Amino acid sequence: MTPENQPRARGEAARDPLHRGSNPELVIDVEKLNKSFGTKHVVRDFSLQVRRGEIYGFLGPNGSGKTTSIRMLCGLLKPDSGRGTCLGYDVVRETAQIKREVGYMTQRFSLWEDLTIRENLEFVARMYGMRDRKEAVASALRELNLHERQDQLAGTLSGGWKQRLALAACMLHRPKLLLLDEPTAGVDPQARRDFWEEIHGLAAKGISVLVSTHYMDEAERCHRLAYIAYGKLLATGTPDEVLHLFRLRTWAVSGQPARLVALAAELHGEPGISHVTAFGNTLHVTGEDEAELEKAVSKYFDEKDLAWRKAEAGLEDVFIHLMQSAPEAEQ
Amino acid sequence: MRFSWSRWVGIIVKEFIQLKRDRLTFGMIIGIPVIQLILFGYAINSDPKRLPTAVLSADASAYSRTLLAAMQTSGYFRIEKNVADENELEEMMAHGTVQFAVTIPENFGRKLVRGERPVLLVEADASDPAAIGNAVAALAQIASSSLNRDLGGSLAELKAVASPIDMRVHRRYNPEGVTAYNIVPGLLGTILTMTMVLMTGLAMTRERERGTFENLLSTPALPIEVMTGKIIPYILIGLVQVTLIVVAALLLFKVPMQGNPLLLYFVVLIFIAANLTLGITFSSVARNQLQSMQMTFFFFLPSILLSGFMFPFRGMPDWAQWLGSLLPLTHFLVLVRGIMLKGNTLDELWPAIWPILAFMLVVIGIGLGFYKRTLD
Repeated sequence: MTPENQPRARGEAARDPLHRGSNPELVIDVEKLNKSFGTKHVVRDFSLQVRRGEIYGFLGPNGSGKTTSIRMLCGLLKPDSGRGTCLGYDVVRETAQIKREVGYMTQRFSLWEDLTIRENLEFVARMYGMRDRKEAVASALRELNLHERQDQLAGTLSGGWKQRLALAACMLHRPKLLLLDEPTAGVDPQARRDFWEEIHGLAAKGISVLVSTHYMDEAERCHRLAYIAYGKLLATGTPDEVLHLFRLRTWAVSGQPARLVALAAELHGEPGISHVTAFGNTLHVTGEDEAELEKAVSKYFDEKDLAWRKAEAGLEDVFIHLMQSAPEAEQ
Repeated sequence: MRFSWSRWVGIIVKEFIQLKRDRLTFGMIIGIPVIQLILFGYAINSDPKRLPTAVLSADASAYSRTLLAAMQTSGYFRIEKNVADENELEEMMAHGTVQFAVTIPENFGRKLVRGERPVLLVEADASDPAAIGNAVAALAQIASSSLNRDLGGSLAELKAVASPIDMRVHRRYNPEGVTAYNIVPGLLGTILTMTMVLMTGLAMTRERERGTFENLLSTPALPIEVMTGKIIPYILIGLVQVTLIVVAALLLFKVPMQGNPLLLYFVVLIFIAANLTLGITFSSVARNQLQSMQMTFFFFLPSILLSGFMFPFRGMPDWAQWLGSLLPLTHFLVLVRGIMLKGNTLDELWPAIWPILAFMLVVIGIGLGFYKRTLD
């Protein structure tokens, strides 16, 4: 509760007014946020800028600090150090204002399972002190096609419906910024597609969205991406920029499954090869240097049962590469 | 940020709906007072009578028969068996099949008539002192007055001599020493302590365990709104419990209501509020429901044992009385017994009211300090 106890880097304060707050286009602008639980340094020097109306994808393996970062942005956790703003409000001191204007969807379903859909929405509407509560709830039910199920207990809903309800609840007070923590985990592909259409619709209306995910197809649907691992932000940029962060070259090879498993083991750790990933019946062999990669794989070109072709390195290849070159030893 | 009535009402409404859906808890809230009241109200008796007694009599005189008959009619002794030898008597005592063993020696009657003050031995199983207290007290009376009728004529000089003073004892407020008059009002306090602290103790930890606390925290709701909003439904539940118990006390146990029933509800309300603040504070301090339950029991046991509900408060050493005075139940017992049995007024009750209020203020201060606005 003491906002003064964060170290401020000297000199940075001077450029502060130019850099933050004054730029209305930035809905999230945080710098060097840190968070530890006990001896575990969960988030290190986390900096992020999200522009208005942007869908910002937040990627990283489990336990990389995504949820902790999001919680710091919406005032649920107090950063140990660092500073910044969310919707122009200070993330340490003005959490009450942030809470009122941000919609936060938790990773785990966190509405009340023993309340009905309508009761949940009405409760949330009351918490935000909405004057037009009845209308807001009715229109939320209508928009999300939850009208017929309004008297069903939230706990009896399937995963997809729970997710729709959670989204409806965090949208209810018409927030300017949505923070969605793995909103599509455990949801079927159709529901995921619908969900992303909804998100794009919202972004078109000027609502900014920060969404964390594990799915590469979802990452590609974002305007910008950030990749975090071991509490450190490793890369940011548009999907295209991230894709070309490294000059990754990939060879795809298909063949008998048993042979591919053996081949993966043989190629693993060879000079010129950064990683080998299985995609169904093909193996992606990726390296940073075209010549060295080719040298490593060319000795298998003659093998009869294997079919080799050049492939595009995908986001997943980039992230795996990032993971492997990350300084995990700091843990 | 200012306190918002609309948010506060929202939290109360939510708690009521959840309570309504939780049938088991709801059943317990109504069931616990009724079951405990009937069970304890009828079962607990601090004045045990008809205690099993064995007699070893080596004397067949009319005097020993009179004495034994007097013991039976006192109501405290039930002569189960006349035994033939000491070993058997010893065995029955050791096994606990009898509470008392009476030994009447040979020539008891003859020695009595001779004025030799013969010994009549009554052995009592004093492993539970409370069980025999009143029976032993009754023996003195039996010894002095039961033989008066038999000692007529020339033996009149052997009659018990009257005491030089006339000591009169008035047992006020409960002249017949009916245990229920003491127990039933006391149960009001213990039942409220248990259900109120337990229920609210789970209120906040439940949110935390189910993950809904994160959602609650991400809304602008203030700690004071959440804490008091969660308390209100339980105040109403507490009042329902009180009404159940008071009605049963009056109808089933015929406990008198000497004082003002409205005054009773007033002090009950204060007591409920004190317990609820404690529960909600446990709930803020505890990490999960189990811890909260443990804290509740940690508080509940001394409340029962040191408050004067189970054992006489004045019987405890000073330090224990001091400890007991910290507990709201101690003062509440004074209040309820005062109103129901003694017909006390507010003036007379005030010394027992303010300590409960003080307890409440301290506890709510601790609770608000522990309520976390963040997930840290």
